Amino acid sequence: MTTGIYLDNNATTMVAPEVVEEMLPFFSEQFGNPSSLHQFGNKVGRRLKKARKQIQVLLGAEHDSEIIFTSCGTESDSTAILSALKAQPDRRTIITTIVEHPAVLSLCEYLEKDDYIVHYLKVDKKGRLDMQEYISLLSDEVAIVSIMWANNESGTLFPIEEMAELSRSAGVIFHTDAVQAVGKLPMNLKENSVDMLSLSGHKLHAPKGIGVLYLRRGVRFRPLLRGGHQERGRRAGTENSASIVALGKACEMAQENMWHEKSEVKAMRDRLEHGIIEAVSHCFVTGDPNNRLPNTCNIAFEYIEGEAILLLLNKLGIAASSGSACTSGSLEPSHVMRAMDIPFTAAHGSVRFSFSRYNTMEEVEKVIRAVPPIVAQLRKLSPYWDGNGPVEDSEKVFSPNYA
Amino acid sequence: MWDYSETVQEHFFNPRNAGAVENANATGDVGSLSCGDALRLTLKIDKKNEVIIRAGFQTFGCGSAIASSSALTEIIKGMTIDNALKVSNQDIADYLDGLPPEKMHCSVMGREALHAAIANYRGEVWQDDHEEGALVCKCFAIDEVLIEETIRENALKTVEDVSNFTKAGGGCSSCHEGIENILARVMAENGEKFDPNAVAGEIVKPTSGLTNIQRMKRIDALIDEIRPNLQRDHGDVELLEVDGKNIYVKMTGACSGCHMATTTLGGIQQHLAEGLGEFIQVLPAEALVQRTSSGAQ
Ligand SMILES: Cc1ncc(COP(=O)(O)O)c(C=O)c1O
Repeated sequence: MTTGIYLDNNATTMVAPEVVEEMLPFFSEQFGNPSSLHQFGNKVGRRLKKARKQIQVLLGAEHDSEIIFTSCGTESDSTAILSALKAQPDRRTIITTIVEHPAVLSLCEYLEKDDYIVHYLKVDKKGRLDMQEYISLLSDEVAIVSIMWANNESGTLFPIEEMAELSRSAGVIFHTDAVQAVGKLPMNLKENSVDMLSLSGHKLHAPKGIGVLYLRRGVRFRPLLRGGHQERGRRAGTENSASIVALGKACEMAQENMWHEKSEVKAMRDRLEHGIIEAVSHCFVTGDPNNRLPNTCNIAFEYIEGEAILLLLNKLGIAASSGSACTSGSLEPSHVMRAMDIPFTAAHGSVRFSFSRYNTMEEVEKVIRAVPPIVAQLRKLSPYWDGNGPVEDSEKVFSPNYA
Repeated sequence: MWDYSETVQEHFFNPRNAGAVENANATGDVGSLSCGDALRLTLKIDKKNEVIIRAGFQTFGCGSAIASSSALTEIIKGMTIDNALKVSNQDIADYLDGLPPEKMHCSVMGREALHAAIANYRGEVWQDDHEEGALVCKCFAIDEVLIEETIRENALKTVEDVSNFTKAGGGCSSCHEGIENILARVMAENGEKFDPNAVAGEIVKPTSGLTNIQRMKRIDALIDEIRPNLQRDHGDVELLEVDGKNIYVKMTGACSGCHMATTTLGGIQQHLAEGLGEFIQVLPAEALVQRTSSGAQ
């Protein structure tokens, strides 16, 4: 294993060693095409069936045929939204949120150019939705509601089960981007009203480049990729058998570790958060601390910039990520931070620490010791900072030209 | 993350001249909080010979913003202010062995802080002379504001035009959609509609080596060669207009509205392209109507 402290598990995760072991034979002796009749393909086909089952169990889906393998979370999101539009040409409205992942947001913005109407639900300062606004928008003009289960930046959870129920009562297809939630929260799709759900392997210790679209039996569907009869014609293209087997194994392991996520992973996250907040002034947790993923914490450090923090952390072997503009090369800080109305002085300094079951409490203590001097070092350089606190009336004392 | 040079990293991890200069007699504040960059430059300038004796910076910003500030202060220390004013943002970037295209604006910020500080020393008011937009073309580091202004000033209508004037879009193609959006927005200011099929505004020089008259005659002759084939199917074709690479024709008789019309157009296009030895586009009469009514030339 590589050295260093990896706290960027919402970006991607290490493939679990057990998962690697399980998938390796599918590159060599088990290379057959699962569609083939002969023994080479046949065996692979049986293993795909098992993987489908393992995923079904983790999602609590009623049928294994509700699992469609795709190439990634992004493809699952695109398939879900475009399918709903194609299958219901008279419905030209989409409801989503302002804080979705670009996999949904960029697609929606693109669809707006083709005259689809998109409602982006706003969030409050803690990243929560206004359910009244949502209810008022549901109508028979709406083709699909697409709402993320958990936010990748802040970890904040949306009330998906409730929202799916409301959507069903209004006769509208409900999709959730659960890429960050699957494996971290227990799910039971057969008991709720979610029609479609996206997940991505690399967020739960399976490889990159494998995803799933859950499609409830009976929901109208149009494929994104047409071609062969793979996935019952719902997603053509020869199956990525090694990764499918891997994802199956990863889901089984996620299921076994669910309690661990809720208890130990959460304990590490909480310890880190308290440790940092205690030691560093002028910083705060973003999102809804009482309702979020157990593995995620996002802290905004005021008056300093995120990329600079990450570079200094990286020098100490600590990996995290930031919503600052500079890490993405854009001029605006993260749309999630802006949507929550986090002031610019803090939004640029937001740092996300995201855990997995492979982290340890020892690592947490190291990070708690590393962060305060880094923040102090950067604040010393900051024109907004003076000695032990922000410059008074910073707007007046430092008001740069061309703001 | 970023591909920072060793020098950028060195200046970020060990910044020179950090902090405010005591008894400074020049201060320049520039930046934009929304962009995540802000820089205060303080200088101690010798009143007798106008040499910068000391320079210090305070920066709110990313790795390259801090490194650029550090580099700037190193470059200008010991210079007369007249010489310092000649330091360009490229000089700052070069001093750091280059910056990623997305980060060039950090060096621009350095230069502006310097100008602001010297204006402050001279008792002048410094006016920012450039506005910065989001980076559109990453290959050539061209931002939105520059593209927008260039489109407006030169009445550009196509992505190809924009590439010719600014280089933006001349590399990996990933920003073509973004450039089209800017075109649509700017053209809408004049009530024009962006046409993705338009060809670049410059008069296209015939690559066939023919003069315009020769080329026109050749096109006419080539169309005449096809007509017997169409007439056999009780149709016909008429040449309407030649506009650079766009050749407009009218399908008549059985050909007009026939479901094979597009196939036929394709056939005519191939015949003309082969006969002329250049790439051309054959368009139906309807396209000509659209072109004139939308006001696009
Ligand atoms: C919420 C969310 N949706 C979608 C994606 C995209 O997943 P993938 O990288 O598999 O396309 C991600 C991962 O970055 C994500 O966090």
